[in-house]
Amino acid sequence: MPHFTKPAEGTWTGHYPELGTEPVSYADSISPEYYERERDAIFGRTWLNVGRVEQLPKRGSFLTKELDAARTSVIVVRGMDDEVRAFHNICRHRGNKLVWTDFPREETSGVCRNFTCKYHGWRYTLEGDLSFVQQEEEFFDLDKADYGLAPVQCEVWEGFIFVNLDPANTTPVREYLGELGKGLEGYPFHELTQVHRYRAEVGSNWKLFIDAFAEFYHAPVLHAKQAVADESAKLQGYGYEALAYGIDGPHGMVSSWGGMSPPKDLNMVKPIERVLRSGLFGPWDAPDIGLDELPPGINPARHKAWGTDSFVFFPNFMVLIWKPNWVLTYHYWPTSYNTHIFEGACYFAPPKSARERLAQELAVVTFKEYALQDGNTLEATQTMLESRTGVKQFPLNDQEILLRHLHHTVHNYVDDYERQAAR
Amino acid sequence: MTSAPIFPADFADLEPFAAFARPTERERYDHRIECSMAELQAFYDAAFPRIDAAVAYLDQYALDALPEDAQKLMWLFCALVTVSFPVEVWRQPRVPDAGASSFDEVAAPAI
Repeated sequence: MPHFTKPAEGTWTGHYPELGTEPVSYADSISPEYYERERDAIFGRTWLNVGRVEQLPKRGSFLTKELDAARTSVIVVRGMDDEVRAFHNICRHRGNKLVWTDFPREETSGVCRNFTCKYHGWRYTLEGDLSFVQQEEEFFDLDKADYGLAPVQCEVWEGFIFVNLDPANTTPVREYLGELGKGLEGYPFHELTQVHRYRAEVGSNWKLFIDAFAEFYHAPVLHAKQAVADESAKLQGYGYEALAYGIDGPHGMVSSWGGMSPPKDLNMVKPIERVLRSGLFGPWDAPDIGLDELPPGINPARHKAWGTDSFVFFPNFMVLIWKPNWVLTYHYWPTSYNTHIFEGACYFAPPKSARERLAQELAVVTFKEYALQDGNTLEATQTMLESRTGVKQFPLNDQEILLRHLHHTVHNYVDDYERQAAR
Repeated sequence: MTSAPIFPADFADLEPFAAFARPTERERYDHRIECSMAELQAFYDAAFPRIDAAVAYLDQYALDALPEDAQKLMWLFCALVTVSFPVEVWRQPRVPDAGASSFDEVAAPAI
């Protein structure tokens, strides 16, 4: 008997019949060949979030992003006209990586007036025009206008900067993000400028970590020790049910209850949480961020017990909106079929006091402790899936609908791309 | 062997735990996993009852204009947050089942 209402079909999965209900195979997560297919079919042609506008606060602010899965590195820069642009991070002269610091494979950021290649001193404006060639007279009919930086499509949605590496792409990012994106518009992301960023190298396929964060069925079990013992037993007894799921095109979302910010009974939480009034669900005392009413896509069921929504924007960007006015983002950047870089960032309103700062610290550290457990569990999953034990089919329940949808979407993208390429 | 006090005089009782007062979460976590449970417990037992006093003291100042001794005190109480997990939950310095995996702070607002 569900605690929360399911769609008329009786199940969330049944509401999206194209997903089916049969067991799935994770063959797409253990094969170098399949990963090669994903690189072109997915990372080479979908909108990828590479940062936020606050990371480029002034003219000349730039950052680089390593997009290993898409076989490139991009420079994202705010020009003299305040426009945010992106370019392939390659000098037009001999192909040297244009912007890097100390280690060519590491990302960098800063402020500059132009980009100068370390190799022969070719110089580019913030808008990507070639402005200086060392010993220009030695070249043969070189027209600088022909050798600007190679542009990459770049658009900003609600302060999030996206790039698309497919020059033939004609879908604006807002349209790509679909109904789930539109339902988030107007959320005051720009007020949440206190940012803590984390990064991990994880020994699993990128999809398996999205799978881990796209269901909360695991939470009462894997994270049992994070709660006080009585509470933990109770949570495991209840299990997990979402308030709502939503799927639109390649994107999905799950809406969850959140009785812990603050908890009904203080004895449910740990001593440090009681004193600092904070925990996994964030600081209990929500700051004013000018949010009179939630945008329609957040807490879509308008449930009183709502605590957090997780949006999975295909392929690798998650946004979690928490009731006490803070946000988490996750990114999963594949580096091979069984490794990826996981990035997590906590966004808060700037704290006004030591008490608020410590409450945020507790939320951040709690997130980190959970993520450490999740990350290592994934390596355990990856190694066994790769062992090819003969176990090839795995069941998924109704609370795991977003996993079913993610793998289904990946297969559709790869198949579509290859069908088009064959034409 | 006495070193100069680093915390405000009201918090002289916490001077033995000065090594926990580190500026970033990454350094605080690194220190936590170098410590024994007895060391973590001793710090927790001394600092936990002092949270309210510390917060009241720190809140006299603007967060971005803490005097040096207050800043060190702020770092110490951030370290209490880091240490609360092994003491209150894990019963060991590392996150259980986290193996060799790491999850590192790469940027955070300075205190």
